Amino acid sequence: MSVAVEVGTARHAVEPAQATKERKLTRKEKRMIEAKNKLSSPWASAIALIIAILWTVPTFGLLVTSFRGNRRDISNSGWWEALLPQNWGRFGLENYEQALGAQNRLGDYFVNSIVVTVPSVLIPITLALLAAYAFAWLDFKGKNVLFVAVFALQVVPIQVTMIPLLTQYVNWGLNGSFWVLWLSHTMFGLPLAVFLLHNFMVEIPRELVEAARVDGASHVATFLRVILPLMTPAIASFAIFQFLWVWNDLLVALAFAGNTPDIAPLTARLSDMVGSRGSAWHLLSAGAFISMIVPMGVFLALQRYFVRGLLAGSVKG
Amino acid sequence: MDLLHPTDALGKFALMVLAVLIFVAAMAIILAILNLPKRAPKWLAPVCFLGPTLIAVSFGLIYPAIVTVSNSVHDKTGDAFVGLANYVTAFTQPEFLIVLRNTVFWVVLVPTLSTALGLVYSALVDRTRFEKLAKTLVFMPMAISMVGASIIWKFMYDNKVGLLSACYEWFVGMFVPNAQAPQWLMNAPLNNFFLIVVMVWIQSGFAMTVLSAAIKAIPDDITEAAMLDGIGGWKMFTQITIPMIRPSIVVVLTTVAMTSLKAFDVVRTMTGGNYDTSVVANEFYTQSFKYNNQGLGAALAVILFVIIIPVIVYNVKQLKKAEDVR
Repeated sequence: MSVAVEVGTARHAVEPAQATKERKLTRKEKRMIEAKNKLSSPWASAIALIIAILWTVPTFGLLVTSFRGNRRDISNSGWWEALLPQNWGRFGLENYEQALGAQNRLGDYFVNSIVVTVPSVLIPITLALLAAYAFAWLDFKGKNVLFVAVFALQVVPIQVTMIPLLTQYVNWGLNGSFWVLWLSHTMFGLPLAVFLLHNFMVEIPRELVEAARVDGASHVATFLRVILPLMTPAIASFAIFQFLWVWNDLLVALAFAGNTPDIAPLTARLSDMVGSRGSAWHLLSAGAFISMIVPMGVFLALQRYFVRGLLAGSVKG
Repeated sequence: MDLLHPTDALGKFALMVLAVLIFVAAMAIILAILNLPKRAPKWLAPVCFLGPTLIAVSFGLIYPAIVTVSNSVHDKTGDAFVGLANYVTAFTQPEFLIVLRNTVFWVVLVPTLSTALGLVYSALVDRTRFEKLAKTLVFMPMAISMVGASIIWKFMYDNKVGLLSACYEWFVGMFVPNAQAPQWLMNAPLNNFFLIVVMVWIQSGFAMTVLSAAIKAIPDDITEAAMLDGIGGWKMFTQITIPMIRPSIVVVLTTVAMTSLKAFDVVRTMTGGNYDTSVVANEFYTQSFKYNNQGLGAALAVILFVIIIPVIVYNVKQLKKAEDVR
């Protein structure tokens, strides 16, 4: 329900911002902006700079550590000492080699993360697109009640579902396989997916859909040829959102996959490594960046879509 | 090919492709059924489009939620009915009282701090030359996992080589010779706040993004008029900006509150819930999966659910208000 608020405010908020960007600024406005910057300048800049540093330095420190080749350096001196010019020669890839090597096998977990994530993104989006089409363009009895019900399910914390689901999976003999992870992520992602995609779908002009129907196109043809192409940006937004959610998930992974190298994703393995090898920073730093490289890349490349997805709905799980 | 437990990378990818193909085939069959008859009965289209989703959420959310509520009034194994005993345990045992206290810390502090930081930061960098870069930096923690963020911060807190410890020893060392950094994550109750810092670090980016969009939506003529009246800087921020984006602030507060209520990743990764740092979400995991105490775990999950409801009701009321104003 709070998603609704966000969709409302976000849409409302984003449009004028884009409008200002496209319009050329008048001279008066430019002067205003300058004045504003001057007014709030020294203190404001200092505070903003401090926040920016606080938000960057912790990550940077771990990144530097992951490239310090000598394990003893890492446990005996702060990472900032590696930045001194006389220590530059000591950087190396040893930590990554060891993290990915035969003993720690983080490469296997990386594969697991990919294998878990791809279907867990594709399947709920497809199902949600179909459901959103039904809610937006079909007439049937009980439509509104059903929509509110699916929408309201977003508030169910997934913790509430874990033990009964686990019991079912064990009964079916599926426990400990990729199938239960795909199934779980699909089911947990659906309420938000339906809600978001429905919101985007009702904005498609009614005439377009009706024209197609009058021309004799079936629902399937309308869905595939009229709706889907127009939904691409919305699909991209939700896909990134769901991708990051699944890739970064810990609870579902721990509950249904444990930490076997056969199916557990990186997050589950890393979380356990922190517990068992809490001060092995050479491994943890490299491991953390192995797990973060994909979401960071996706984030930097597709930030625009990510922001849209985030503004449109952040309540999940 | 082993369809349940492939062990090598190739087998896993093959299984993944197979699963996707099976799914695509299933979808194709459903759409084909819908397309087949010339005069399809009226109920066929809704059933085909909506059926899979309804089955999935019924099985995955509704049915297990009902079972969990029933589990919560049964014992460890789910056999004997025990009434409200599990809830009594959760609300009276000393160790659970600490869990509840910590949860209150989290739910109050994380939203307020991250909203305040996100708001101040987005107002400060709004329309400056570095706006895009500045926002990306603060937003980045949203993209990485909470596990990753926990490792990043556990390293900051490391007693020997952590940056925070070094800063502490340098600063306090100016007054006290041979100052030793404390065990940040072991000394209760302060360690809770060091964990909360991590969650604030993660969530501020979200707050900043939503609030920044809201600030940009404030009509130019309002800020312009205020400026002509000689209002600027701090006064502009407190008297124009904040009242104008009030609905968005409420949304951010409640959303972050719900996220921090449900998240257990930070606690589980950084302290495992030891040293009096557990929260309800983490305790749910520990009781359900570590101690196999089904009844108590279920009760904790239900408590989570129940705490969320008033937050959402409040959120919906705010939504109505915001719409009325508009």
